[in-house]
Formats: sequence, C-alpha cells, structure tokens
Amino acid sequence: MTQPLLQMTNVHKAFGPKKILQGLDIDVAPGKSLVIIGGSGTGKSVSLKCALGLMKPDDGEILFDGEKLNKKKAREAMLARTGMLFQGGALFDSLPIWQNVSFKLLGKSGTSKADAKDHAIETLKKVRLGSEVADLYPAELSGGMQKRVGLARAIATRPDLIFFDEPTTGLDPITADAINDLIVEQVKGLGAASVSITHDMPSARKIGDEIAMLYEGKIIWRGPADTVDDSGNEYVDQFVHGRAEGPIQPAM
Amino acid sequence: MADTIPVVFRPFQWVGAAVLGLLGEAGRLATFITRVKLAALTPWVFFGETLKQCIRIGYFSLPVVGLTAIFTGAALALNIFVGGSRFNAEQFVPNIVVLGITRELGPVLAALMLAGRVSAGIAAEVGTMKVTEQIDALHTLSTSPFQYLYAPRFWAAVLTLPILVLIADIIGVYGGYLVATGTLDFNGNLYIKNTMDYVTGGDVIGGLIKAAVFGGVVALMGCYHGQNSQGGASGVGRAATLAVVSSAVLIFFSNFLMTTLFTRIGL
Repeated sequence: MTQPLLQMTNVHKAFGPKKILQGLDIDVAPGKSLVIIGGSGTGKSVSLKCALGLMKPDDGEILFDGEKLNKKKAREAMLARTGMLFQGGALFDSLPIWQNVSFKLLGKSGTSKADAKDHAIETLKKVRLGSEVADLYPAELSGGMQKRVGLARAIATRPDLIFFDEPTTGLDPITADAINDLIVEQVKGLGAASVSITHDMPSARKIGDEIAMLYEGKIIWRGPADTVDDSGNEYVDQFVHGRAEGPIQPAM
Repeated sequence: MADTIPVVFRPFQWVGAAVLGLLGEAGRLATFITRVKLAALTPWVFFGETLKQCIRIGYFSLPVVGLTAIFTGAALALNIFVGGSRFNAEQFVPNIVVLGITRELGPVLAALMLAGRVSAGIAAEVGTMKVTEQIDALHTLSTSPFQYLYAPRFWAAVLTLPILVLIADIIGVYGGYLVATGTLDFNGNLYIKNTMDYVTGGDVIGGLIKAAVFGGVVALMGCYHGQNSQGGASGVGRAATLAVVSSAVLIFFSNFLMTTLFTRIGL
C-alpha cells in the first residue's frame, strides 16, 4: 500500500469549551484528490489550518510523507512542498500580480526579479490569464481572476500537495465551473495530491477522487466521488440533497 | 463557576480577572516584542521591504512633522517671551527654545505625530492582512510575518524617526527665530549666536536617542495591535485606535524614564 502523503490521526481541537475537531482521521495518497464536505462550523477550515501548521491541534498526530509535523524543521520542509488556495484569494494587496505568483521564488531561492517575472507570466498562462495582468494589483481584478491568481500562486513552485479552501465560494456557476476545470487540469498535470474543503457539491464531485463528510469534528463517511449520491448514509444524503429536514440541524 | 461565587466576593473576582488579563496581555506583548527584535537582528532578507517602509514612514512623515515643529517653535518663543518678561528674562528666548525643542518637544511631538500617522496605518494594514488571511498566506509561503512585515517596519521607524527629529529640531528653532525676529524685535544674528552658544551636543543626542526608542514604540504597537485584530472591519478600526492610544501612553512613559536617566548621567 502506498504511504499517504498527508495523514491526520485522531486530531482534536477545541476553542475554550467549544470542541471543533473530535478525533479527525484523514489521509491522502500521492496524486489523489480528497474533498472534505460538511456544513458551516463543522471544522473544515480548522482541519486545513491544523494540517498547515497555522493552528496547533490539542491532540492527535499529523504526518507529511511519513514525517511527524511536531518540529519547526519538519513543518518548514512540508510547506516547501505544498501550495494553498485561500477562500478569498488572500493575495497581497501591496504587491503586483506577478510578485504575488512568484512570492516564494523571490523570497527564498535568490531568483532574479526578471526570471521570477517570466516564471509568473508562464504560470499565469496555465490559469488562462494573459501577461497583461502581471503588473496589475489584486484590487484591479475580478473575484474569479483573483481566484485564478491564487491558483497560480499555489502551483507556482510545482508542489506535491495543494490545499483548496472553498475554491468556488462567491463565484457565479460558470466561473466556478471554470475554476474547477482549472484545478483538475493543474493538479492532475502536476501529479500532485490535493485536499479541498467545500460545501459546493458540483465542485466536490468535479475535483474529488474521493469525498469525505465531516460532521461534529469527525469523518462520518468517505468514499469515491461517484458514490456520494448513493452513500447510504442519512447525514450525507441530507447534505448532498440540501434538505433542511434530517439528522443535521441547520446552523442558524 | 461564576454563579457559585457569593455576591459579596464578586468585586474580588472582577479585580482578579482584570489583573490576570493585564498580566496576560503584558506577557503576550513581551513575547511579541522579543520575536520582532530577534527577527530584526537576523540578516536582512527583506532589505527592499525595509527601504520601502523607510520611505513610507520617514519621508512621507516629513511634511506633518515639519509643520508641527515650526508652529511649536513659534508658539514656544512667544510663551517664553511672555513668561520671561515677568522676570526681566526675555533675552533667554533663544536659549530656552532650543533647549525645549531639542531635549523634549522635538522628539515627543514628532513621535506623537508618527503615532497618529504611522502606528494607526501599520495597525490597519496588518489588521486587514490578518482578517483577509494574508498573514496565513505568508506562513504557507514559508515566510515569517515577523521577518517580512514587522522587522522592516521596526527598523524603518527606529532609523527614520531620529532623522525626522533632527530636521524637526532645526525647523522648530527656525520657527522661534521667525517669531522672535519678526514680532519680538530680536536681532537675528544675536538670536542665532545665543542658540548655537547655548545648545550642546548632549541636548541633541539625547533627543535623537529618545526618537529612536519612540520609533520602536510606534512600530511595535502598530504591528502588535494589527496582528491581534479580530472580527473584520470593526476589529481593524479598534486595532488602529489601540495602536495610537498605547503608542502615545508609552511615548510619554518612556520619555519620563529616559529623561530621568539622562538627568542622572548628566546628558
């Protein structure tokens, strides 16, 4: 059996008395795409933040390529091999688009500005953005274009693992579908693994090899993406079909 | 738990909670300052960012600091003239203006202007980066916000405020000169001679040391409150307010401490 690239085992995280993750177990193999679905406030974003080291879990174990991520060095090694697309893009307002895309290259590897800009323009082409946007600033782009730039930044250093936080939230259905296509194309093109969190089912079906459902801080179902409509799990059924009636109480 | 405490003991509980909260905040601030200083002492990976901040913090603050200095120097000369005339000591206007500007008003007023212009700006910028996940994005791009954001702002404020204060000293003295020669019938050459004879290197250097410390305070408060902002636009607004208020209080407090120290060592 292939060693998982990312493995989270029995991860717990609470904020005061509020328990968010209560024994989360997920793993993703190299080159595979896992989508975590779940309602608002179920801990999807917290799971990603724990995996990325942005939050420290209270308990549990997180491994990247077999290495425990409890030391700074291991975490830095992991971050060097990962990319992340944030929900709102999280582009740096004060930098032009090309510097956003090549940020990692500019900061660490001593790449010249000219080479970094060429690399950024090449990467922008992969997400269907022309060189004319390279010198613009994030505020000058539409939401869909900002997501594309965020995707370009996430794939710029050819990572082995890419995280996607609600990649289609706030986009119209056509733009969302275009973003989904780009994600699939780029992730498969790189041969990278990916972990996405979303509550957008068309997006989950399109970008996931597997789908897992998070409920009350645990994975309650996991299976191939094409079986999500016949999961036999009443929680998954209610979520997939977007019904207010069922075992899951709406977050109101 | 709170419900089980008898009403008569509630005030003790409030005082205890307030003290614990204050100690916790002091601990968080001390940790933050230590981390910024450690990041500032590592090799300057982000030299370009530091240079950019020097221009934003130093160069763009010149007009406001210059205007403050000239009006303060002018008003100071008038006040000293009125006060001095009660003791037949009007001739000391140039001496006291230069002493007041270089030792106290130049550094303190320039720092207060920077607290309003720069500390609030840093807090709003860093706070917006926090609530829009740009700080998280920095982490995922293997970049420490302490090295990329906070250390360049810290260095920029520490290095440029003394330069601003030196300029403010000259403009402030010139403000006093303009009023003294224009409305108080002072001889211009004599005014300048008295000023230059009376001021010492220690007066100016003491003010510049204060300025460097105030620069650090302004940058650190902006970064600290920006980094701790929560809850969207209102949180960013609160961070900016806290940055200005805490900078101003710490400027006055550290000014008192440094003045006491300088007096003891004869500076």
